Amino acid sequence: MIASPQTADTTPTVLALEHITKRFGTFAANDDVSLTLRRGEIVALLGENGAGKTTLMNILFGHYMPDEGRVSVEGKELPLGRPKAAIAAGVGMVHQHFTLAPNLSVLDNVMTGTESLLSWRSDRKAARAKLASIAERFGLKAEPEALVADLSVGERQRVEILKALYNDARILILDEPTAVLTPAESDSLFQTLKVMAGEGLSIIFISHKLNEVMAAADRVLVLRAGKLVAERRATETSKEELAELMVGRRVARPVRQASEAGEIVAEAAGVDVVENGVRRLSDVCFLVSAGETLGIVGVSGNGQTTLAKLLSGLARPASGTLTILGQDAGQLDARDFVAIGVARIPEDRNSEGAIGDLSLWENTILERLRDPRFARHGFVREGAARQFTDGIVKRFDVRGGGPESRTRLLSGGNMQKLIFGRNLVETPKILLAAQPTRGLDEGAIAAVHGEILAARDAGAGVVLISEDLDEVLALSDRVQAIVGGRLSPPVSADGLDARKLGLMMSGEWEAAA
Amino acid sequence: MRLERRTERSAALTLLAPVGAVVAALILSGGLIALAGANVGQAYLAILDGAFGSRLAWTETLTRTAPLILTGLAAAIAFRAKVWNIGGEGQFYLGAITAAALGSQNWLHLPAPLLIVALMAAGAVAGMVLLLVPVALRLRFGVDEVVTTLLLNFVVLLFVSMMIEGPLKDPLAFGWPQSVPIVSEAELPKLAERSRLHVGLLVALLLAILLQIMQSKTVFGLESRSVGLNPEASRFAGIPLGATLLKVACLSGGLAGLAGVIEVLGVKGYVTTDLSPGYGYAGIIVAMLANLQPLGVAAAAVFAATMFVGSDSMSRALGVPSFIADVTVAFSLLTMLVALLLSSYRIRR
Repeated sequence: MIASPQTADTTPTVLALEHITKRFGTFAANDDVSLTLRRGEIVALLGENGAGKTTLMNILFGHYMPDEGRVSVEGKELPLGRPKAAIAAGVGMVHQHFTLAPNLSVLDNVMTGTESLLSWRSDRKAARAKLASIAERFGLKAEPEALVADLSVGERQRVEILKALYNDARILILDEPTAVLTPAESDSLFQTLKVMAGEGLSIIFISHKLNEVMAAADRVLVLRAGKLVAERRATETSKEELAELMVGRRVARPVRQASEAGEIVAEAAGVDVVENGVRRLSDVCFLVSAGETLGIVGVSGNGQTTLAKLLSGLARPASGTLTILGQDAGQLDARDFVAIGVARIPEDRNSEGAIGDLSLWENTILERLRDPRFARHGFVREGAARQFTDGIVKRFDVRGGGPESRTRLLSGGNMQKLIFGRNLVETPKILLAAQPTRGLDEGAIAAVHGEILAARDAGAGVVLISEDLDEVLALSDRVQAIVGGRLSPPVSADGLDARKLGLMMSGEWEAAA
Repeated sequence: MRLERRTERSAALTLLAPVGAVVAALILSGGLIALAGANVGQAYLAILDGAFGSRLAWTETLTRTAPLILTGLAAAIAFRAKVWNIGGEGQFYLGAITAAALGSQNWLHLPAPLLIVALMAAGAVAGMVLLLVPVALRLRFGVDEVVTTLLLNFVVLLFVSMMIEGPLKDPLAFGWPQSVPIVSEAELPKLAERSRLHVGLLVALLLAILLQIMQSKTVFGLESRSVGLNPEASRFAGIPLGATLLKVACLSGGLAGLAGVIEVLGVKGYVTTDLSPGYGYAGIIVAMLANLQPLGVAAAAVFAATMFVGSDSMSRALGVPSFIADVTVAFSLLTMLVALLLSSYRIRR
């Protein structure tokens, strides 16, 4: 790894944002924010969801007009609200949601928008040479003729970065770049960023993850509720201090207490699952007892999604048996799972967990439409559903709306609280939590961990599927690794550390034992 | 300039959107009327007069409203669940020809009310089947139902043509291609003397009310909305995706088929290839104008019928081509789409 150069105060300032204020209605998303960026520097913009990080970067890139303030690049003031001017000034942005055309090749995507519409021919040869030299210089491997649709998420992000560099970006903004990446892909991204900084590029990346901020940034700017609250050199701060600055109060993740495992609530014996003709899970065996947490850890794409589906009642065993609370799961559908006491936290809140355009109360009873409390003779019992939802909103501290509000209005953390609430309010016997804290900020993570531990202490058998090693280690009593659709034998979490987990995740079960 | 999603969609805005859309469509068409050399204000007064100015006029407008409500409901119910049924026209004709074929004799010697109900059911079933096939193809093989339902319209129209030139041809029609007329017991009772207005209007209104209740109060209504909004989350919640869409297809196809039936039993008594002046397609516009709300469909259908009926007499009085009605109704779809956008987003500079 190449160390980033020390940015002495003598290095020139390439970017300055001065007194930026942006209001949406009466809400100030950015309130008098000023920041500078020097050549060759990596700055992390840290803040919780809704702190105004993305808004600030959208102003810099010209997507939003600020109500007050100015932006200058290399001493020249940037006309605001014009992305083209920002690109011309050398600002490149990599969005959280990629802006690539999947049906085009890498080269076509990179070239898009760089040539005049009126030119007779497109100079692919020159473009290819330029792309190759950029790729060479920054160590960004890319096959120019590959279709973007065939690339992995990490590779697509590389194409986004190449696209910005191809436009001669000297300032690169990355919005939550690791949100979609695996830990290994994140590491390689940060390595690339350091190479680019060494070449004189200046980088701002937005994040709410303390680990990566500490690992990759030279300087950390903390945004809270639209205001810039602190600025620290990464070498002179700690994760604890940053967490406190970000949330505005001390947050401690709850700690697991020893518990007594009770009777077996779920058992899989030799389960295979086949989806669309592809075998996703092979010979899966596990036991879950009441009052304990089984952690399933693995690099993404090793069958976690299918395992979560199996335990949610969305996929059925092709062979082998899965017994849930004494019943053969092959005979049950998703609603039966809910009815017999399985709480299910889906992997993807927005696409599976809730329907944004329905109200909160409609979302809480959607999986209980066979329950006579909420539906009778084919009619929905709105009064009962509202009351049920109101109870959840109060007990689980869901903020941002009442039972009648549209669910879309909730923040990610509050939506997750609603989903946990509708599952846990009935004291479930089994809790399946798939990637429960993905994309959540520190405060919300602590709340979610608290709920998972509370459910376990109340006697639920918990299955936690996660890619976050710290999370698995903190919450689990026993751990199994998932590799290529197979599960390792269970290992007690006591005495387990990240290194041993890493070995298990790479399939070296014996070495880790 | 960019669009920002409104955080709260106000009720007033939702109600104002269609009104604004209609006004905008009328203004836009006004330009064309002026181009045709007529006074715009006079032209719209003539349309109103032609649609409501006499007993004959308003009964005729309401007669046209009835099938538009039904085809509008068919589109609204389907679109809510994101089943893109563009085949209302075909389902209308298949319902019509089924009722005409079965109603040409009273085969089972049923009493009149029973015969009418049986013919309505038969036509509705025909429409259902015609939509079930494309939806089943989409569920099984991912075939785009926009294409299949649209193209089936032409298939059905040619089939109807074949039937009324062939096996169902009326031998007493002096060679005109029309079907054998239905027996007199199958005719729908009239709502007003000396007019074409029939009880089909009441059937359509009743269905609009029932469907409004179904959409907002029942489990099936919630399930079909969920499936339309987010199929993955619906599946996760245990809602049977395929079964729900097939049920929606039955309802939608059945309603469009029923529209064809009441047009035969209530107005014409037989089928020709110009039985529908585009009711199936106009139903799509009516549904959009109503923001897919069943009760709104009834109101939007009155607007469309007013334009269609009123423009004929306006054309006679002022010499502006009556096609202006089609233009205005089509404009109203475009302006409604803009109005819908503006009611959920705001423009920011």
